[in-house]
Amino acid sequence: MPGETLAIVGESGCGKSVTALSVLGLVQRPGRIVGGKILFRDIDLVSLPAEELREIRGRDIAMIFQDPLSSLNPVLKVGFQINEAMRAHDKIPRDQVAARSIDLLTQVRVPDAARRLNDYPHQFSGGMRQRAMIAMGLANKPEILIADEPTTALDVTVQAQILELLRDLNEATGTSIILITHNLGVVAGLCKRVVVMYAGEIVEQGPVEQIFESPQHPYTWSLLRSIPRIDADRKERLRSIEGLPPDLIQLPPGCEFSPRCPFRIERCFSDDPELEQVAPDQEAACWVTMKRAYAEMGAANILDTRPGAASGVRPPKELAAKVVDRRTLDATSVPEVAGQ
Amino acid sequence: MSSASLAADSKSLVTQEPLLRVVDVVKHFRAGVAGTVKAVDGVSFDIRPGETVGLVGESGCGKSTLGRLVTQLIPATSGRVIFDGVDLTKLGGEKLRQQRKQLQMIFQDPYASLDPRMTVGDIIAEPLVNFGLVSGRQKDARVQELLRVVGLNPYFNNRYPHEFSGGQRQRIGIARALALNPKLIVCDEPVSALDVSIQAQIINLLEDLQREFSLTYIFIAHDLSVVRHISNRVMVMYLGKIVEVSPSEALYHSQEHPYTKALLSSIPVANPRIQTLRRLIELSGEIPSPLNPPSGCHFHTRCPIAKVPTPCADTEPPLEEKAPDRFAACHFSEKVRTV
Repeated sequence: MPGETLAIVGESGCGKSVTALSVLGLVQRPGRIVGGKILFRDIDLVSLPAEELREIRGRDIAMIFQDPLSSLNPVLKVGFQINEAMRAHDKIPRDQVAARSIDLLTQVRVPDAARRLNDYPHQFSGGMRQRAMIAMGLANKPEILIADEPTTALDVTVQAQILELLRDLNEATGTSIILITHNLGVVAGLCKRVVVMYAGEIVEQGPVEQIFESPQHPYTWSLLRSIPRIDADRKERLRSIEGLPPDLIQLPPGCEFSPRCPFRIERCFSDDPELEQVAPDQEAACWVTMKRAYAEMGAANILDTRPGAASGVRPPKELAAKVVDRRTLDATSVPEVAGQ
Repeated sequence: MSSASLAADSKSLVTQEPLLRVVDVVKHFRAGVAGTVKAVDGVSFDIRPGETVGLVGESGCGKSTLGRLVTQLIPATSGRVIFDGVDLTKLGGEKLRQQRKQLQMIFQDPYASLDPRMTVGDIIAEPLVNFGLVSGRQKDARVQELLRVVGLNPYFNNRYPHEFSGGQRQRIGIARALALNPKLIVCDEPVSALDVSIQAQIINLLEDLQREFSLTYIFIAHDLSVVRHISNRVMVMYLGKIVEVSPSEALYHSQEHPYTKALLSSIPVANPRIQTLRRLIELSGEIPSPLNPPSGCHFHTRCPIAKVPTPCADTEPPLEEKAPDRFAACHFSEKVRTV
């Protein structure tokens, strides 16, 4: 939606960055988009010829990356690199480019912007480099800004400043922001909607407040309980998610989260659930959902978060060997469920 | 022994003599013609047996250098590191080596800290072999026991590090650190390189091991929520100095140093209702270079309540007890509430 702030959350290798790169047609070989559509203003970006996609990329949809040092060219001045973004698209009249660069750098709160345009990236600190990247991303007044882990490489105090900047820019310019992150705290402060990914699939999506308040997918639920909260009054043992994310080359049959899920049922090992509406505007891909886990499996009080611990369901025999594969290295994740 | 009685034991241990005393430790690195980097600039603290002390601060504040000084992996420029009554800075060679059995370290990057050419069994047994403590079958038995203790399958001692995931490698690093039955383990960003869902596994493991083996931890991290969760006390560092020491429960509700308050305000809370209401205390400018730290209080250039020049820019505030068990180095700690 125009002006929206959307978060894509997940662990490394869950496919969140690839999703974003696909939008811009930046997936590197041998990777390719094998199916599906990406609609931007009713234009399918997947089937768009490379030339036309290049027109959109950087002009209508821009992207900023995690590591600003490796995404800026070290031998070109920062000002040149911001100008370049505008010259490539002719959206900003040529005679306004130089002035706009100064405005942009001021807008992202780089002090003494006019002078700093003549600096090289190595003369900028990490936070300042990320600000310069954001200035570059905003140069052509894009409708969507994709920010791929924009604060992961930064210290927390700088992270907070960059997030505040993104929030202000979203309000002031109406640019939609897609924020890709593994940090749920970052999502809580900046975004209105959230998409949770696991092993290459969306497992849950909906409004941020609703998802944090009442997550319906066990993965979202577990993720929220596994992080220590700075505002927690009592120190409770963290409810860890046992095991490892699956190997994307050899995905488990059925639900991808079933090998680690405390609430799994038999069906989870054979059928892969589709996203279904679980609350107004909220969708989750789960046969059980947390509503049922609370009602029938005592999810509110479980301390044992080992796979199948709450439901008492172990993988069927023919699957058992396959499901554990690499995880047999890890004695803690071999499920041992009483009463089974 | 049940875990309950062990927990009670470790509580009573807290009242004992300090296990580690760090007295006015300084570490300067020469940086060529540019001058001297004052990485750690006069730091003192005590750690009691069974305690977990967290050390937080932004990159470049000197927290890792301090961790390496405690284990004497690098020599201090001046100051004393007294471990179990022995001043490590006075020891050298074999005597220091023998003391090190008691002092182990867990590193941040489980990919770089394990030798890819060694089997997991050899990695874990290396400290035992170095000290001539095991041989032959005894070695395998001990390795398997350690693997079991850290939650790995004991029969994978012949595998190589690349066959394991990041979290599992960190478990291997922990097993190696435990091999010599140390008293103190310095954990330097042990979960920062791990995925969110794996971090909790390692934090829980470290807590379990502490109870089981009466370990004392120094837990270094930039993530204050993780540090606060695992620690009894938290020390906050800024530009080579400790600016605040506080029991970890109390830290979220009140702070005695404006930097701690700003640091806390920057950590996002994973709850949109709370997070959208929180106010960020934005610090002006960036961390000054440790090559040329500001005069007086190092924080005065970014401090929202500093009185410049007097006293903040000309007098360095000492680390003082501002409230029971709460120490801070600030001239105006009573004003931190107003920030």
